Amino acid sequence: MVKKTKSLNLNFGPQHPAAHGVLRLILELDGEVVEKADPHIGLLHRGTEKLIEQKTYTQALPYFDRLDYVAPMNQEHAFALAAEKLLNIEVPIRAKYIRVIFCEIGRILSHILNVTTQALDVGALTPSLWGFEERETLMTFYERASGSRLHANYFRTGGVHQDIPMKLVEDIEKFCRSFPKIIDDLEGLLTDNRIFKQRNVEIGIVSKQEALDHSFSGVMLRGSGIPWDLRRSQPYEIYKDLDFKIPIGKNGDCYDRYLCRIEEMRESVKIILQCIERLPKGPIKSIDGKISPPNREDLKQSMEALIHHFKLFTEGYRVPKGDVYTAVEAPKGEFGVYLISDGSNKPYRCKIRAPGFSHLQAMDYLIRGHMLADVPAVLGSLDIVFGEVDR
Amino acid sequence: MVENLKKIEKIINSELASKVQNSFIINEELSVEIDVNDLIEVVQFLKSNDKCKFRQLIDIAGVDYPEKEERFQLVYLFLSHENNIRVKIIIKFQSTHSINSLTKIFPSANWMEREVFDMYGVKFKNHPDLRRILTDYGFKGHPLRKDFPLTGFNEVRYSEKEKKVVYEPVKLEQNYRNFDFESPWEGTNYLKEIKNLEKDGKKN
Repeated sequence: MVKKTKSLNLNFGPQHPAAHGVLRLILELDGEVVEKADPHIGLLHRGTEKLIEQKTYTQALPYFDRLDYVAPMNQEHAFALAAEKLLNIEVPIRAKYIRVIFCEIGRILSHILNVTTQALDVGALTPSLWGFEERETLMTFYERASGSRLHANYFRTGGVHQDIPMKLVEDIEKFCRSFPKIIDDLEGLLTDNRIFKQRNVEIGIVSKQEALDHSFSGVMLRGSGIPWDLRRSQPYEIYKDLDFKIPIGKNGDCYDRYLCRIEEMRESVKIILQCIERLPKGPIKSIDGKISPPNREDLKQSMEALIHHFKLFTEGYRVPKGDVYTAVEAPKGEFGVYLISDGSNKPYRCKIRAPGFSHLQAMDYLIRGHMLADVPAVLGSLDIVFGEVDR
Repeated sequence: MVENLKKIEKIINSELASKVQNSFIINEELSVEIDVNDLIEVVQFLKSNDKCKFRQLIDIAGVDYPEKEERFQLVYLFLSHENNIRVKIIIKFQSTHSINSLTKIFPSANWMEREVFDMYGVKFKNHPDLRRILTDYGFKGHPLRKDFPLTGFNEVRYSEKEKKVVYEPVKLEQNYRNFDFESPWEGTNYLKEIKNLEKDGKKN
């Protein structure tokens, strides 16, 4: 006797705690086995690219905080670099160090969130409670530098907005000394944990070739054993002077990607410590008065400063004609900005290349043939944030 | 870095001589302009050639120039891990033209092309699943076209009466104001240079 089976359609999300935001995933199930996954995205689409076309370069920057909102400054960095490349201006060395410090803080912020929520998705509650305490500390660093915990708006074309106080540098250093212990604790909970391993080892395997074909970047690429990190291969800022390792995985499964993220956090701590040790003194933004606004004190004294201030906050600066693509190694992968300028004070076109977009696209291929319970595990290890996927 | 780019430029130019319309290196970035119909062959070459090895498609960016006859422009960004080089392939075409899909060569082109279709209304031939991706279900128009208004056409609200979300034409209390602050203010040196060049040009 032949039993006829019918596949079941399941609507996963958009309101599901393991969907990491507003993902609507339409799953076709045969029993508990996933036959097809069709992600519906765009529920958080805010038209960032359209909005940027209407704003001056200074006004466009805050939109980047709102893309991948767990590591805001890394995104700002890509846009700042693009505008700088078109303007062909030099960033002071101190600003470069400050930028790197905060980008690495962003990396730790993002990886803590990802590692702990991935653990949460597969049933471990404690890591997220421990991890979020550290995130809170890191966000106070953001706040003390920029005035805001999340939407920093701290980087500027030609440098950063304000200098950081010595006390903040000391506190960041103190944090870096104590943080490796917290990573050890997290690892103690997860790395050899039987349940965690059962849920992650050999789940969502990505081969080298497939990682390339699906435009993976960042940890998704390194987890499959491809040694590629933009900080090393196409170094920007001061990364080529810094000493750090690029952890790569072997099997390309969810567990390897978790291990990569843990190691990257340790490397980020090392990078921050090196930067703090070498942090030079000097200006923190370009000295070109036509691009960076003048100091508050100068406004009272200098006519020229006043004119510059007025012009910069109404008209903004103009960027020479041309197009440019700059990419940074954001925590989630290659975050790129393709900027076209028509010579006016507003970008003509700003295409944002979000790593999560191509990662989520591969969901169908990653999850086919897996069990329903693996969906949250794979989704967790993709490191999806809808701010950047939907833009 | 630039030398490697020049090398690759030379290879592309010699191997694909009949297909390359124009190639240039600006801002340390290599751009190659090709004809719309040659897209598949060129991309296939870039991916499989031993010296190029552009094995990753990074992104597809659409650009709209409403005043030009060839209104749309697509920029394909490729990356070669082996050579550590990026290349931009640029195609220009009229709004009625449909483009060959790259999904056979790069599976990741699927969503990227869907996004271009959604945002610009560019159609792709042989695409397995050309649906809208980022905009709402039942959305009309193509938001990133320059003639699409920033405020859009419809807004949504929850209607207590009908007990559901309803769509209504956008009604703004105050019209959207687009201030034009641009002035003949002398910017940084490059603007002066441009002006000088123009002056010289007029004299001649």
